[in-house]
Amino acid sequence: MVKSRRDFIKISALGATGVAVGSKYLFADNSMLKKNESKGPFRLPSDFKRTPTYCEVCFWKCAGWVYKDEKGDVQKIIGNSDDPNSNGRFCPRGTGGVGMYHDEDRLKTPLIRVTDDYGNQTYREASWDEALDVVARGLQKVIDEHGAECIALFTHGSGGKYFGNLIKALGSHNIAAPSYAQCRGPREVGFIATFGEGLSSPEPTDIKNTDCLVLIGSHIGENMHNGQVQEMSQAIDRGATIITVDPRYSTAASKSKYWLPIKPATDLALLLAWMNVIIEEELYDKEYVKKYTYGFDQLKEHVKGKTPEWAYGITTIPPNVIRETAREMGKASPAVIIHPGRHVTWYGDDTQRLRAVAILNALLGSWGRKGGFYKPDKAKLPSYPHPPYPEVERSWKDAMGGKYDLADLALANGVCDATIPSVTRDCSIKAWIVNGTNLIETLPDSRKTLEAIKNLEFIVVVDTMPMEITGYADVVLPECTYLERYDTIRASQHREPTIALRMPAVEPKYNTKSAWWIAKHLADKMGKSEYFPFDSLEEELDWQLKKIGSSLEEMQRIGVKKLKRPYNDLYFADGEDIEFFTNTGKIELYSTTLESYGFDPMPKYTAHPEPPEGFYRLIYGRAPMHTFTRTINNPNLSDLMDTNVVWINPKVAKTWGLDNGQEIYLKNQDGVISEFPIKVRVTERIRWDSVYMVHGFGHYKKGLSRAYGKGASDSRLITNVMMDPIMGGTGMRGNFVTFLTSKPEIKEVKS
Amino acid sequence: MKEELFVSGRNIPNIDPVLHVWHWHIPLYLFLGGLAAGLIFFATYFYVSGKTDKYPTAVKIAPVIAPFAIAIGLIALILDLKHTPYFWRLFTAFRLESPMSWGAWTLGVIMPLSIVWPLIYIKDMIKYFQFGSPRITAILKWIDNLLENVSILKWAMDLARKYQMAIAWALFFMSIILGVYTGILLSAFNARPLWNTSILGPLFLVSGLSTGAAAVMWMSRHHFEQKQFSRFDLMLVGIEIFLIIHMFMGFNASTQVQQQAAAMFLGGEFTAVFWGVFFTAGLVVPALLEIMELFGYKVPVFIPAFLILLGGLIFRFIMVDAGQITRYLY
Amino acid sequence: MRYAMAMDTAKCVGCSDCVVACQTENNVPIGFCRDWIVENVEGTYPQLEMEIRSERCNHCENTPCVRTCPTGASHVIEGGIVKVTHDECIGCGACIQACPYDARYFHPDGYVDKCTFCDHRVAEGLDTACVSVCPTHSLTFGDLDDPQSPISVLLRERKWKTLVPEAGTQPQVYFLI
Ligand SMILES: Nc1nc2c(c(=O)[nH]1)N[C@H]1C(S)=C(S)[C@@H](COP(=O)(O)OP(=O)(O)OC[C@H]3O[C@@H](n4cnc5c(=O)[nH]c(N)nc54)[C@H](O)[C@@H]3O)O[C@H]1N2
Ligand SMILES: Nc1nc2c(c(=O)[nH]1)N[C@H]1C(S)=C(S)[C@@H](COP(=O)(O)OP(=O)(O)OC[C@H]3O[C@@H](n4cnc5c(=O)[nH]c(N)nc54)[C@H](O)[C@@H]3O)O[C@H]1N2
Ligand code: SF4
Ligand code: SF4
Ligand code: SF4
Ligand code: SF4
Ligand code: SF4
Ligand SMILES: [Mo]
Repeated sequence: MVKSRRDFIKISALGATGVAVGSKYLFADNSMLKKNESKGPFRLPSDFKRTPTYCEVCFWKCAGWVYKDEKGDVQKIIGNSDDPNSNGRFCPRGTGGVGMYHDEDRLKTPLIRVTDDYGNQTYREASWDEALDVVARGLQKVIDEHGAECIALFTHGSGGKYFGNLIKALGSHNIAAPSYAQCRGPREVGFIATFGEGLSSPEPTDIKNTDCLVLIGSHIGENMHNGQVQEMSQAIDRGATIITVDPRYSTAASKSKYWLPIKPATDLALLLAWMNVIIEEELYDKEYVKKYTYGFDQLKEHVKGKTPEWAYGITTIPPNVIRETAREMGKASPAVIIHPGRHVTWYGDDTQRLRAVAILNALLGSWGRKGGFYKPDKAKLPSYPHPPYPEVERSWKDAMGGKYDLADLALANGVCDATIPSVTRDCSIKAWIVNGTNLIETLPDSRKTLEAIKNLEFIVVVDTMPMEITGYADVVLPECTYLERYDTIRASQHREPTIALRMPAVEPKYNTKSAWWIAKHLADKMGKSEYFPFDSLEEELDWQLKKIGSSLEEMQRIGVKKLKRPYNDLYFADGEDIEFFTNTGKIELYSTTLESYGFDPMPKYTAHPEPPEGFYRLIYGRAPMHTFTRTINNPNLSDLMDTNVVWINPKVAKTWGLDNGQEIYLKNQDGVISEFPIKVRVTERIRWDSVYMVHGFGHYKKGLSRAYGKGASDSRLITNVMMDPIMGGTGMRGNFVTFLTSKPEIKEVKS
Repeated sequence: MKEELFVSGRNIPNIDPVLHVWHWHIPLYLFLGGLAAGLIFFATYFYVSGKTDKYPTAVKIAPVIAPFAIAIGLIALILDLKHTPYFWRLFTAFRLESPMSWGAWTLGVIMPLSIVWPLIYIKDMIKYFQFGSPRITAILKWIDNLLENVSILKWAMDLARKYQMAIAWALFFMSIILGVYTGILLSAFNARPLWNTSILGPLFLVSGLSTGAAAVMWMSRHHFEQKQFSRFDLMLVGIEIFLIIHMFMGFNASTQVQQQAAAMFLGGEFTAVFWGVFFTAGLVVPALLEIMELFGYKVPVFIPAFLILLGGLIFRFIMVDAGQITRYLY
Repeated sequence: MRYAMAMDTAKCVGCSDCVVACQTENNVPIGFCRDWIVENVEGTYPQLEMEIRSERCNHCENTPCVRTCPTGASHVIEGGIVKVTHDECIGCGACIQACPYDARYFHPDGYVDKCTFCDHRVAEGLDTACVSVCPTHSLTFGDLDDPQSPISVLLRERKWKTLVPEAGTQPQVYFLI
């Protein structure tokens, strides 16, 4: 294999010398930069026994308290009972967040890619000053040679705001998060097309008051989005009917009155059949439909032939079950939720599937109603003053050939595409800033991501752990964990607006810095200081909080502040006149927007490819104790679950002669083989045409001592990406795998 | 299909997926305890019944093994403790309901007397070992010398000889307690279905006595004594076989967990070692050899003796290991 | 006073928060646990049933673990909580053999450790750590002698079972079904 410039470097290769040298830089660094920036009136972490934070282990952002032991070390984290996202109770990942701080595999000091005397690429430990100089020069060179628009930022998590500010100050608006086109994008677009607004996060589902909760592949309970799990439990206590549609007997399915073990990729047929029953049997909310919706007659016509009998042949769900469940929904209407799910990029027609979900909710009158969807409110925080951002002339969108205009946020995969040079474009993206997203495992088809990376002139990665993506960086910048830093004020939507503070519980371990500090110092070095007007984040937060009648001091004490909801408008009032943000001002059962863009105005079922003989559809999901790839090496959480396994139906296992616990390799339809073996779990909980595994495992970075080589990576096996023509989401469930019982010749997919 | 799995939390070394808390120490300790109990039982029984002359090896010579067996057993027990620095806590409490406590105290009390007993017969011992290793003879002579010449020791030995009958009775009863204890230690654990049977107590007691008898038989140089002990042993082995068959019949007539426990020996993973090695080689073969001997065939005595001893040791290893695997199902 | 715990299998999602929370509250070393999650699946696709349980020491009324302890390190305190005094424990393992639930383990420091019903928290009037974090409110801790306590009410109103009643230990952790 030819060594490319951007060789993947195993950060662990630094190994033993790392520690010794690291401490040297730690001291060198401290003398160079001011040690403790929090000065003046602000209190320090050491002044507190417990300090407020909000969790960064996933993006539900629960607020809580960090407790320290006698030695002043982080001991435990528990929820803040004033916080509506957590109600004082964290999920296992949040409780295990202590492991993020304690993980001895953390990135410890800035690293710079160098070529040694033998021509091998390796990393050299560096001081912050030196590393930031390299980054500033790298970015400046791209700006000088190609223009600032040739820089892109990938970010997921709280530091994004500061790097976003930096890149916009430099003159680029290429900011993408994997939480859109790999996650909830189709849902937002589908709901915007229907109700004129999306759902955002936390979803305003009124689960605790619902009488009927319909989960379509949404595996709450394994998907540990805290508030939803808590409210589902309340719904169980209230005796609500739960209907779960999943090819796998999920945890939620085991709590459900109805489990519909659907044939994967056929949900749209089921949704249409439900509409058919609900309209034919007049189970819908007539008044609501009449008053608020547009296009009912067209819809009625559209679903006419879509009977349960029709859907049975497609979905394998018996007609009587489809009817019965439709009646359950009708009975509960409007206190019913057809849950929109969150990670919805499945089969490429996802926007349309989510449109169907939205339409069903509209028919049942649950949008804006108690037990359906409430209207969220959120605190508005003023942003600090800075000069206007430079105008941008080009963006990643230029590479999309006019497609995906309905995407309301940037596509991470789109930015990736725009990085691969093409004859039809004069310029491609030349530099990446990657903050808090492990793109190699996060974007489907890692081959394409690697291809893009090869074409870069410069890439800097900000992370806390030596994850896969850090191995491709020119400079690796170690951020301290969320337990060691201030961050933006959390102002997420909920039933009532709240704000929450994250402050450091302890000083940063090792030679690590916060995203704010990194972004600000980069801005300083690149002559953009005016965009970071404060000397410390404390000052900035205090300024911001004072504007809304609080202060840093108050927030340090209480952690979460509930604000008043200005109007009593959690649900629609009876007979209230409402103007929806759609072309017609109504809830569009018939989407005029989609129509005007040349897409089906009402969702249609199209058949998707099925697994060939000897292959099984690869489906994946969450385990309650892990978040994607980020927690796999967490000492506390890997202790709960240290590997993923592949779920195989006993019938399939029998034909293949596979035993429980046996290690196998998976090979997909394109011949890609999992780089590590994965253990078989023979279980009745999965259909015979599919296999299931938890996403996030199969790490190939040796520096991740607990995660390395444990289980298989679903991302690697997802090479067939089913693009959503409407918004560019990456459908990831059209991949099929077969089993290899002996170790195959490992195909190099990296570098 | 029924699937039971630990979602999380259970991967504790030596506990999951099956219990393996007791390793070699406890079976060895049980074996040595049983052996010592057997030796002391025979010695004191024949002494108090006035048959010292008929069974000189049993009374005078073989008991010398007992203190060593007990000491090694105790050392094994202490080595097995995971919180070793606190081992003395065993002797700051006596817990009536705890077999472990009984065991520790019994061993603690029997230990000094089991040392005194062979010392009473040190001169016989010197004679017994005179054709053996000169080093042993030298050591024995040195001890004898001490006992004769250090006044306090001499005084103590005189006292011991004076009250030998009392000591014999005390040892006799303690040997029974020790023998029974080695049996009930396991059967006290209702949580382990394999051990949860009242037959285990007598079975271990009989097995302990038979190992003791085997040791005497091996050491004895008197034809009559050897033959008698061969008979005793044969009888004990017979009882043992009866108890074992009874035990399995009991298991199979009992709860599901006990049936599963029995299944480990009736087709399961312990079948070969239990029936092939312990039962056949450690009980049946030596018994047959002893029968042949009785019928006048010349069989070197150490062969059945060795097999019985080895069988006894293996038996305890199997029972401790297998017992830990068995558990209640829920 | 008779402390007990109720564990609602209808709501538990097996998330294991109770396991991590116990570890961080009680300094349970990584690789060990005082509570754990069991999943039982029965049936054939698609006719399936699943029960998920969070298990721990049952703080039995009839305690074989305490009886077999040679030193008295294992003992019962006020309210029926079964505890181990670390520096009275010699690490003989008898109590581990005696527990039908495998609820005890050897702490790497040598002594035997197990669920304490967080008596240090209970003394302060708090819920146990596992109960206090459970996102689904599947765990309830309280006093059975108080007929008004939430746990007493639950056990009156719901169907429940205990684990291995045939072992005769009279467990005090109740599983609501
Ligand atoms: N195959 C497959 N791909 C998927 C999914 C799937 O299920 N399967 N799910 C998709 C979905 S829904 C989403 S939302 C995305 C999520 O995608 P990502 O957010 O990229 O997910 P993670 O794998 O958790 O990667 C997070 C990275 O952030 C780092 N990190 C953690 N904390 C911090 C911090 O405080 N600061 C900084 N700077 N870095 C930090 C971690 O070390 C890790 O490298 O993935 C999508 N991609
Ligand atoms: N513990 C934990 N919780 C998390 C996260 C995490 O990393 N860890 N991540 C959070 C994030 S960012 C997101 S986006 C959400 C994602 O969580 P969700 O939106 O709830 O789940 P999905 O990943 O869409 O779906 C996974 C489920 O879909 C089923 N499935 C697969 N194919 C099909 C199909 O064709 N039809 C149907 N009906 N079902 C199918 C799978 O069997 C599985 O049960 O989870 C959030 N919660
Ligand atoms: S749901 Fe869990 S991981 Fe996500 S923010 Fe809340 S506590 Fe943290
Ligand atoms: S925390 Fe609650 S829901 Fe989660 S596993 Fe424990 S008992 Fe079950
Ligand atoms: S569960 Fe086990 S350790 Fe706990 S009291 Fe009962 S027998 Fe003892
Ligand atoms: S291990 Fe400790 S607590 Fe258990 S029985 Fe032995 S001394 Fe008692
Ligand atoms: S009660 Fe306390 S010690 Fe027992 S399992 Fe729960 S958290 Fe752990
Ligand atoms: Mo997501």
